[in-house]
Amino acid sequence: MKKNLKTPLNNADLAEIRIGDLLYLDGHMITCRDIAHRRLIERGMELPVNLQGLAIFHAGPIVKQDGAGYEMISIGPTTSMRMEKYEQEFIERTGVKLVIGKGGMGAKTAQACREHKALHCVFPGGCAVLAATQVEEIEGVQWAELGMPESLWICRVKGFGPLIVSIDTEGNNLFADNKALYNDRKERSVAEISKHVGFIK
Amino acid sequence: MTGQEEGRQAVVELMARFTAVVGKQLPDDVLDKLKALREQEEQQLSRVVYDSMFENLEKALELDRPACQDTGVINYFVKAGTNFPLLAQMENILVEAVRLATVEAPLRHNAVQIFDEINTGDNTGERAPFVHWEIVDDGDQVELEVYMAGGGCSLPGRAITFMPSAGYESVVSYVFDTIVDWGINACPPLLVGVGIAGSVENAALLSKKAILRPIGSSHPNPKGAEMEQRLEKGLNELGLGPQGLAGNSSVLGVHVESAARHPSTISVAINIGCWAHRRGTIRINSDLSYEIISHREVT
Repeated sequence: MKKNLKTPLNNADLAEIRIGDLLYLDGHMITCRDIAHRRLIERGMELPVNLQGLAIFHAGPIVKQDGAGYEMISIGPTTSMRMEKYEQEFIERTGVKLVIGKGGMGAKTAQACREHKALHCVFPGGCAVLAATQVEEIEGVQWAELGMPESLWICRVKGFGPLIVSIDTEGNNLFADNKALYNDRKERSVAEISKHVGFIK
Repeated sequence: MTGQEEGRQAVVELMARFTAVVGKQLPDDVLDKLKALREQEEQQLSRVVYDSMFENLEKALELDRPACQDTGVINYFVKAGTNFPLLAQMENILVEAVRLATVEAPLRHNAVQIFDEINTGDNTGERAPFVHWEIVDDGDQVELEVYMAGGGCSLPGRAITFMPSAGYESVVSYVFDTIVDWGINACPPLLVGVGIAGSVENAALLSKKAILRPIGSSHPNPKGAEMEQRLEKGLNELGLGPQGLAGNSSVLGVHVESAARHPSTISVAINIGCWAHRRGTIRINSDLSYEIISHREVT
C-alpha cells in the first residue's frame, strides 16, 4: 500500500498502515540521533523541540549556511539500531509518531510503537541528495553546539520518501522477520562452504 | 612563489578536487556491478530502493553534491615512489586538501577528537585524514587511493583471533555472523573485505585493502579465489537485498587479502563497503601531470 501522510499525525492516521507499506511525508521532521537521544534519556535534558505528532529522522546532514538561513545539501538516514537503547523511552516521552532511519530496530522499539501507536520507517540509505531535494526549508536549528551531524535540524518536507514501514502500530517488525529468515539460510550456507575450506591438513 | 611551492599548491587543489569527486560519483566498477544487480532484482520493495539509489546518483551529479551525506573519515592509501618530488610534503598536502575539500565539496564534519569529544569542523584532527604509506623503491610517481570510511559501513568492522583447531571454517562462520547481525544496517548490497593473518591489526589492514581492490578481481592463490567465490555465492543466497529488505542478492563482491600467519593463530578481520562505495584511484607523475584510474568520465 502507498500512502501520503501529513504532520501532525494522530493514532487514526497510522492505524491501517502495515510493515512493507510505502509512505510519503509532508510536514515537519527533526533530525535526532545519538547525542539528542542520550541527552534526553540519560542526561535528563529537555528536548528544545516539541515532537508531539511529528517525525524524527536518524540523520546527520550536510548543511550550508545561506545568508541568515541554511540550505540542505545532503541528508540520508543513519543506522537506527544505534538508538535502540533509548528509543522506547524516547517515543514514550516525546509523543513522536514517525521514527525514520535505516536498517531495523529491536524489540523494545517495536513494543513502544505498539503501545504508543508510532511507526519506524526506512528511507533508502545513501540516497541523501534525493532526500535533500524533498526538504523545502530548514526552519531552524537547536543544540547547534553539537556540530553539524548531531544538531537538531528542524525541516519542513514535501513528499519525503519512499519511506518503507519496518515497524507498524501493532508491533510487527519487518527486519526481525527477515533476520530470522537470513539466520536459517546462514546455517545452510556455512555448512556447505565449510566442506571446501579444510586447508589445514 | 617558487616552482616547488606552485607545484605543492597544485597538488593540494588536485587532491581536494579529486576527494570531492569521490564523494559525488561512484567508481566505474561499483556502478557497473550495481546496474547488473538492479536488473536481476525481482522483489517489488527492493526495486523501489534501487530506483531511489539511481535517482539519487543522477541528482548528485546534476546538483554537484555528495551522493551520501556521510562523507566519512577520509583515508588515503599512498603508494609512493622514492623519487617523487613532493614525497616529503605529501602528508601535509593531504591534510590541506581535506580542509579545502570540506569547504568546496562540501564534506560533512566527521572528525571528533578522542577524549575531548569535539568535532574539529574541518575533517582534520589527530591522525585525520588517516594516511597509509607504501614506499616503492626508485619510482617517481605516487598512486593514491581515496576512501571515505562512512559510519554505517564502518560499524560492522571487527576482528578476532582463532586457534588453528578452529580452522578456516571459523573464518566462514565469522563472516556470515557479521553480515547477518550487522550487514543489514550497513546499506547492502555490500562489498565484503576479509583479511586473514597472524594478528588482528595485520588482518584489519588487509581487510580494508581488500575492499579497495576493483570489483571482479581475485585473490592470487586459486584456493583464496575459490573461497572468495564460495563466500560471495553463499552470502547472495542469504538474499539480504538492497537495504536488507530481502532481495535476489546481498553483496557487490567478497575480497580476501592474506598474510602468512603464526603457526598458533588465525586472525581474521572484516571491513564492509556500502553500496555507495566511495573509493577513487589517481596517479600523479613527477611532472605533476595525473591520470584518474577509477572514474572514466572524470578528468
